[in-house]
Amino acid sequence: MPHRVSADNLSDLVRGVLAGKNRAIARAITLVESASPLRDELLEQLRECAEPASHRADGGSRVIGITGPPGAGKSTLIGELVAVARMAGEKVAVLAVDPSSPFSGGALLGDRLRMDRHGLDPGVYIRSMASRGRTGGLSPSALETVSVLTAAGFGTIIVESVGVGQSEVGILTLADLVLVVLNPGAGDEIQALKAGVMEIGDIYVVNKADYPEAESMVRTLHAAVRESIHAVIEPRVLRTIATAGTGVEALHREIGERLEALNERGELESRRRRRITTALQEIAGDLFSEWVRAWIERHGLTDPQGGVPFGKLRRELAAALETITVREGCMDEEDAK
Amino acid sequence: MSEKTRILIAKPGLDGHDRGAKYIARALRDHGYEVIYTGIRQTPESIVNIAIQEDVQFVGLSLLSGAHNELFPRVVELLRAEGAEDIVVFGGGIIPDYDIPGLKEAGVRAVFPPGTPIAEVVQFIEQCRTGSAQTT
Ligand SMILES: Nc1nc2c(ncn2[C@@H]2O[C@H](COP(=O)(O)OP(=O)(O)OP(=O)(O)O)[C@@H](O)[C@H]2O)c(=O)[nH]1
Ligand SMILES: [Mg+2]
Repeated sequence: MPHRVSADNLSDLVRGVLAGKNRAIARAITLVESASPLRDELLEQLRECAEPASHRADGGSRVIGITGPPGAGKSTLIGELVAVARMAGEKVAVLAVDPSSPFSGGALLGDRLRMDRHGLDPGVYIRSMASRGRTGGLSPSALETVSVLTAAGFGTIIVESVGVGQSEVGILTLADLVLVVLNPGAGDEIQALKAGVMEIGDIYVVNKADYPEAESMVRTLHAAVRESIHAVIEPRVLRTIATAGTGVEALHREIGERLEALNERGELESRRRRRITTALQEIAGDLFSEWVRAWIERHGLTDPQGGVPFGKLRRELAAALETITVREGCMDEEDAK
Repeated sequence: MSEKTRILIAKPGLDGHDRGAKYIARALRDHGYEVIYTGIRQTPESIVNIAIQEDVQFVGLSLLSGAHNELFPRVVELLRAEGAEDIVVFGGGIIPDYDIPGLKEAGVRAVFPPGTPIAEVVQFIEQCRTGSAQTT
């Protein structure tokens, strides 16, 4: 494995990822997280070479998103869930996102501390990722990272997101199935229910069920779930004690059954379509923001009279888009002019 | 390439005191690094496996139990065996002065005794980064 990825050895990297080699997968994810132009070349090559889901023995990767308030036991639970999934013969990748510090830009990534029993299992790949300023509890490159893990052949991909306030919803942008992990006695559980969390979960897990307060939390959730009109299938409420592994096999079974049920109703497919659309729009949005930034540099923020050029920007942007639409596929010609 | 520096802070060996390791992990975060912390009692094998999965540029080993002469070089050796000798290994903890030359010989690039100002560690990291940028 080369120490630095370059245009010349990119195909080695692609081969390594497709063969499921840890070092290659790790390098590829770093590249995806960077703003290097090689990133897009890598993603394109992986897309062209990866085995289509329909050809795979496992029928393609399933992405399980796990969110919930800080300290609820998400990482510990994932560690246990991975153990059960391994016993069922699944190859598992975990992507654990923790927040970046808004002050230093650094991050302390401690999720895998709770998953250390898988440190040497070749069927498990765990990657910690910093949110790098993105709200929504995920990293800007999370979905693209998932596509690398998919190409690497992991049948089960678990993503842990930062869950504070309303940021849990970000997990919807990449998961086939969402697990919300809550813990009793956290004090702000009612807050959590209000903040829209009740609209995103397929399964609600009351972890730390060794605490007596867990029962009242379970009851509250049962009531809330019955009212959740958004759900295609009424969400389930389960109890776990992650530190003891209790309830984790039942959770694993439930995940499998849910995925199947969602699939039968075509819901997995429509979620997939929705999230790809969102992701592509986001990429375009970022590029356009960049375009607008440069535009402002050229035109100034306001005109000499102090007015903001709302109309001017919208007209010019629309005109630029028009050109793209008309010339779709002829970008090279345009560049040559 | 706008690559963030990722650092693994790991505690090999049997001692259960990770105050120092946690302190350095937090301090490095506060200097803008992405720090992965593994917790106590990691084997050299699992440290190397984690370093590779996380694609870190640095591994910082912290040890108080006195087994540094075996464990630190073992991590360097295993990284080499994985073709990951580009990952810089440094160490900290209670390490007598007379052990430091041997550790450096074995490929541990720096050793920081307790109480080392964090600025010194940061300077070391930055030197390694720019140094490696020149050679590629
Ligand atoms: N009593 C009890 N403690 C638990 C249980 N599950 C996890 N914990 C503890 O709760 C603490 C937080 O667990 P984590 O797994 O780190 O929680 P998390 O939700 O991943 O936390 P963040 O990633 O920081 O948001 C740890 O000290 C765990 O040991 C449980 O079922 N019962
Ligand atoms: Mg966690």
